[in-house]
Amino acid sequence: MTARVKGKVAFVTGAARGQGRAHAVRLAAEGADIIAIDLCGPIGTVPYALASEADLKETARQVEAFGRKIVASQADVRDYSALEAAVSQGVTKLGRLDIAVANAGILSAAPTDALPEQSWQDMIDVNLTGVYHAAKAAIPHIRAGGEGGSIVLTSSALGIRAMPNLPHYVAAKTGVIGLMRAMALELAADKIRVNTVNPSIADTLMVQNEAVHRLFVPHIENPTREQAAEVFATLNPMPTPWVDAEDVANAVLFLVSDEARFVTGLEVKIDAGFCLA
Amino acid sequence: MGRVKNKVAFITGAARGQGRSHALRLAEEGADIIALDICMQLASARYDLATSEDLADTGKAVEAVGRRVITLEVDVRDEQLLADVFRQGVAEIGPVDIVIANAGAALFAVDQPHEAWQDTIDINLTGVFNTIETAVPSMIERGQGGAIVLTSSTAGLRGILGPSPGSLAYVASKHGLVGLMRSYANNLAAHSIRVNSAHPTGVETPMIATPSIEAFLKANPQLVPHITNAMPVDLISPRDVSNAVLYLVSDEGRYVTGTMLSVDAGFSNKN
Repeated sequence: MTARVKGKVAFVTGAARGQGRAHAVRLAAEGADIIAIDLCGPIGTVPYALASEADLKETARQVEAFGRKIVASQADVRDYSALEAAVSQGVTKLGRLDIAVANAGILSAAPTDALPEQSWQDMIDVNLTGVYHAAKAAIPHIRAGGEGGSIVLTSSALGIRAMPNLPHYVAAKTGVIGLMRAMALELAADKIRVNTVNPSIADTLMVQNEAVHRLFVPHIENPTREQAAEVFATLNPMPTPWVDAEDVANAVLFLVSDEARFVTGLEVKIDAGFCLA
Repeated sequence: MGRVKNKVAFITGAARGQGRSHALRLAEEGADIIALDICMQLASARYDLATSEDLADTGKAVEAVGRRVITLEVDVRDEQLLADVFRQGVAEIGPVDIVIANAGAALFAVDQPHEAWQDTIDINLTGVFNTIETAVPSMIERGQGGAIVLTSSTAGLRGILGPSPGSLAYVASKHGLVGLMRSYANNLAAHSIRVNSAHPTGVETPMIATPSIEAFLKANPQLVPHITNAMPVDLISPRDVSNAVLYLVSDEGRYVTGTMLSVDAGFSNKN
């Protein structure tokens, strides 16, 4: 079987765990080498534990288990220079860049009039500006390869349909779609394609934590994963409470492979029908 | 190989063009195929429709990659006949997991006849409805989920082809498919039957890369800037659409439903 992204190099942000790890590992399984970054540290307004250095090492181990190379480093997507340096270093070691998956993201919750200023700012800084930084750092390297390429920005089903108590998240994820559309136009002539993935609730630690469970299951004191699942399931027309990180990774794989060589400017939903409901 | 292994796909308009390409691509990935086409000239068409030989060639191409296939000649406008051949196909190949409602006609031409409107609606919209209605009861009854793809178009997202009746009918029918897709996606989600639409820009097929379309665009040059892709390509290949269809119908897309998947070289984002 021909590997679907054989010989390509992919840059993935937020790669220590969750969707980012799934993307890195899925692309490695199909023949890509990986440049992985993650903050591996806390952000003050985020009400759950973010990934650790050990998580990023585990991603590296899983990529290497497929016989692929990985250049993994700690970097904050809010810091453009750090991101630029991480990408350049990765390209120096791996030789080229074909793919960028701007995935790093955070979640916090509050109604608009009660949202702390810092929560708004951190959300926009990470989930929107951080995505812009990742794409901006990748473009010159992809363009230099002269063979086109593919950039995937992680938006959300909440970039298409809003929900209450997440105004900053909805704004950032909607903004990512606008960024994608502009970039898709700018880069079409270079055959660099730009799309978003728009998952509904995914089974990762960004969602499966006490703070988010409390938001969705306010009527129960300390909701369990199972109690949260019952509520999450009511959001999706298909009979599932959530999608797996691997389902999103399969969409990313399609988008960055040559099978999608003329797919650009799209919001690609992996949402069990969430946006229809 | 094997991304749709041992699934059965029911495909209309399969004699050539996108439909044949879908049949072959899915067969390459392990599916068996029930391939339908009208194989007859349409009085209102200003290009040649597929022939029995074309459909037979699709069958041979599927067999050449080692999968089973039955080819059946039928007009998607004929509900009754469609139901008959569906039963025949299932009896021969097995219960259907995948439906590709792909048969369509482009009847915009310089000398298009009065029937261009009605024939387009009948084939492109009612024909797709008939196709899905024919297959869905068996999929629900079987209880193993499934995937349906409706072949729409960039003309299902933008009003791009000018004021002729055939143009309006094409745009309206392809827009109508989005409504069908969304409704079926909602109605069938509980059965884990997923429904999505594909929206290709111009594809290198005998329906589009044909003298009558060339003449139509020459006579309507004002349309051309609005049907240009963002990426540097005029016509994409049928296989580009087939790859998107494969993603949608495979288990890799197991939670993808209710989406409009454009394969359009940036067309819809630009125009």
